[in-house]
Amino acid sequence: MSEDLKERAVITSDDSREYLTFTLGDEEYGIDILNVQEIRGYDAVTKIANSPDYIKGVINMRGVIVPIIDMRLKFHLGQVEYNQFTVVIILNISGRVIGMVVDGVSDVVALKGEQIRPAPEFGAVLDTAYIDGLATLDERMVIVVDIEKLMTSGDMGLVDRIQNESS
Amino acid sequence: MTIDMTQFYQVFFDEADEHLADMESLLLELDVDQPDLEMLNAIFRAAHSIKGGAGTFGFTDMARVTHVLETLLDRLRKQELQPVTEMVDAFLEAGDVLKAQLQAHREGEEYQDERIDRVCTWLERLTHGEQPAGTAPSASPTAAPAHSDQTQTAEPTWKISFDPLASEFKPDVHLDALAESLGELGTLQRYSEATGRPVVWYLSGPGVCLNNIQEIFDFICDLDGVQIAPMDDAEKSASPAADHEDEAFGFFDEAPGTPQDAEDPGYGFFADSPAAPVSIPPENNGQPSDSGYGFFENAPGAEASQDTESDGYGLFGNSPGMEQVASQAAHDREENAQGYGLFDPSPGYPSSTKSGDDSPSGSTEAPTKGGDSGGAPPNKENAAKSQTPKRGPGGDSSIRVSVEKVDQLINLVGELVITHAMLAESATHLDPVAHEKIFSGLSNLERNSRDLQQSVMSIRMMPISFVFNRFPRVVRDTAANLQKKVTLRLVGEDTELDKGLIERLADPLNHLVRNSIDHGIESPEKRRAAGKSETGEIVLRASHQGGNIVIEVNDDGAGLNREKLLAKATERGVPMSDNPSDKEVFQLIFAAGFSTADKVTDISGRGVGMDVVRRNIEQMNGRIEIDSAPGQGTRITIRLPLTLAILDGMAVRLGDETFILPLTAIRESIQPKREQFKTVSGKGRVLNTSGEYLPLVVLQDIFELGQVGQSLEDSIVVIVDTNEGRMALVVDELMAQQQVVIKSLETNYRKVRGVSGATILGDGRVALILDVDELVQLNQEMQPKRTGTSEQGNLA
Repeated sequence: MSEDLKERAVITSDDSREYLTFTLGDEEYGIDILNVQEIRGYDAVTKIANSPDYIKGVINMRGVIVPIIDMRLKFHLGQVEYNQFTVVIILNISGRVIGMVVDGVSDVVALKGEQIRPAPEFGAVLDTAYIDGLATLDERMVIVVDIEKLMTSGDMGLVDRIQNESS
Repeated sequence: MTIDMTQFYQVFFDEADEHLADMESLLLELDVDQPDLEMLNAIFRAAHSIKGGAGTFGFTDMARVTHVLETLLDRLRKQELQPVTEMVDAFLEAGDVLKAQLQAHREGEEYQDERIDRVCTWLERLTHGEQPAGTAPSASPTAAPAHSDQTQTAEPTWKISFDPLASEFKPDVHLDALAESLGELGTLQRYSEATGRPVVWYLSGPGVCLNNIQEIFDFICDLDGVQIAPMDDAEKSASPAADHEDEAFGFFDEAPGTPQDAEDPGYGFFADSPAAPVSIPPENNGQPSDSGYGFFENAPGAEASQDTESDGYGLFGNSPGMEQVASQAAHDREENAQGYGLFDPSPGYPSSTKSGDDSPSGSTEAPTKGGDSGGAPPNKENAAKSQTPKRGPGGDSSIRVSVEKVDQLINLVGELVITHAMLAESATHLDPVAHEKIFSGLSNLERNSRDLQQSVMSIRMMPISFVFNRFPRVVRDTAANLQKKVTLRLVGEDTELDKGLIERLADPLNHLVRNSIDHGIESPEKRRAAGKSETGEIVLRASHQGGNIVIEVNDDGAGLNREKLLAKATERGVPMSDNPSDKEVFQLIFAAGFSTADKVTDISGRGVGMDVVRRNIEQMNGRIEIDSAPGQGTRITIRLPLTLAILDGMAVRLGDETFILPLTAIRESIQPKREQFKTVSGKGRVLNTSGEYLPLVVLQDIFELGQVGQSLEDSIVVIVDTNEGRMALVVDELMAQQQVVIKSLETNYRKVRGVSGATILGDGRVALILDVDELVQLNQEMQPKRTGTSEQGNLA
């Protein structure tokens, strides 16, 4: 499905791309909207043994088993509580379906390339390797995340690494 | 023992069809100047597969053609020869012959035609590296006149005269196009075009009728300006055709649309087949001995075998004989200039070049066409050989569908079953009396979806005879090699199981059977000395047991030697209990590399590859057991789930979570008493059940589910079989036994240790399916981490 989405990539005439922004604590993040499959509420999850705490477990989304990650736990941001307002962004990353719990979904914005500035080094909180840059939007700062890179990275533990496969 | 091979014919036919279609499309793609080695290999493989299959099923005629084909392909792929266009032609021609042979075998007959010999010699000549001769493939002189005879006599000829200027279309451009369209109906002879108007054309062909001509003209111009009239010679030649057919025109027997049905059914067929008209010009030309003639004779287009005509012109378009057609046409033009040329710009020529371009698309539909028309053509032959038993109307009895599609269907049905379960659960809150209709609807839905599930599942099911029936041969060969006398008995070959399993079962079974012959069955002398009959017997038995398939490999040989195995284990330092059960000892032979080291004992060889066998079986969610009695024989039992997609499981509760335990692994479940739990030096916990001490696996600890909800005494202990022996699994509650659809966690997540997959429960929640073998390993790894105190607390 992601392939289809890529082909009709939303690149408007002025070279801007659309991003879905969401909040984690006081921070606002933006991800490429083409990676977003749907947004839904938080259901009961089935826990998975021996997984990091930010991997909440798996849910059944119309017959597909989807792992759920709580970004608030991963980045240690925001209040971790689950109620009817908890939002899960279902991502489609290179064919894999992954759910991501965030504090709230705020907006879809179009950002031009020049609006996104490179991010300074943050240190440990969030590896800048996964940050495409920072964008300013009406006094707000949006952290543009390369969600694909982040979710497939080894330290998310979502994808089997080569050494895992052999064991 | 005899096996009825005919039951496999259909599979072979389908496969061969597929291979032929593959080969053809590859051939058509092949760039002769820069041949892709991979492609040549692929073509070779296709040919090889057909040959193998044909050989196995005793279709020697097909095997012969493929053999020659293969020899040439082999030289090509080894780059000993440079491919030339002629070879592609020859291959395509061979492919057509094979198709005809295949079709004939489908009908339960044998295809006999000089075509076969011709193609073989052609291929052989090419294999020996001869240059394409001027005459191209050697024509068979006997067939040529007969052929021309027939076509000539059979065709009605129409005289078409019109005035291009009066009929409001531009000459040249449209005339050629028109000629081409007409050329598709039959052979077009263009008269007096150059000399002036009105233009007179003669159109002849087996499928030509007035309506079609009018139709074509209708597109271009006013019909009033066109006169179309039948010619006499069509009438006078109509009758003899039918008489001659049977002996003389071998290939036209299966070609629809030939002689006597010129007007009707055949017409549709030939309308989209320019091949036939293309091949006719030389005959009408009245030059049967012409060098170009043999070429035409040989082109598949000429033979018009019903399922290949679309390929025919592809071949025609590229073939080396092209120059001859061109020169022939040129020659005719010369003659025409002198006033007596029969056909000016050879009508076959333009259409053949054009159809050459079309052929790739044509070839893709060729197989379907063959299938569609499969039943119709050989009526005449059937009348002649009505005694020959027919194998039914080929083609239609089975279809090949990609496994992916079937799996998709199975998934969808699985979803349906889940949805139903969810509905049923919601309905339990309703008052059965007030909502009677809902409940009856639900029960209907349940029945229907179960039926649907079963039928969808059965798509993937095949009788196990597909694996079993290779064994008579294996047994015969192996026994002959080892100078032993062995008979094989097959029991329950009709037992059906998943196709995916069947394919994966072949190797392990092969191994087991060979092992049984090699190491189980004794030599005739020994058997006689032991008072047994000289001939050993191996029994392959398949049966359903519950939701499982049970396959047994029995032999009445010497059996496993417990002492030797034990000695071997000690020698290799395999830890064994003091008084191990037979089962434990026999399981040793499945240990990796257990007896590969030396071959001192007569059973040593049994370990070779046995660990591979076990691993294969386990990958299929199956289990393997071994029983043996000295001097009596050995029985190896394989238990497999019916399918890979569905698992019989026991839902167990642990805290708030539900897990599925594969039913195949469960031995028994017990309500333990406190005194049954023991600790071993504070490190490992064991459960004492009927005198045995089994390792105790507490899932809460392994899965780090946090607080232990209830004390061990209140829990249920499930005894499961693992490949490391039995173990005791502590769960809070047994919920229900149910069939679950296996879903992979890896699709969107990754492999989780201790878990083989996930499934969706009736309430829509996800439950993880436990992998008991991995749980044992996890448990062993966990042991050192544990402290004695926490367990003591639990026990208290």
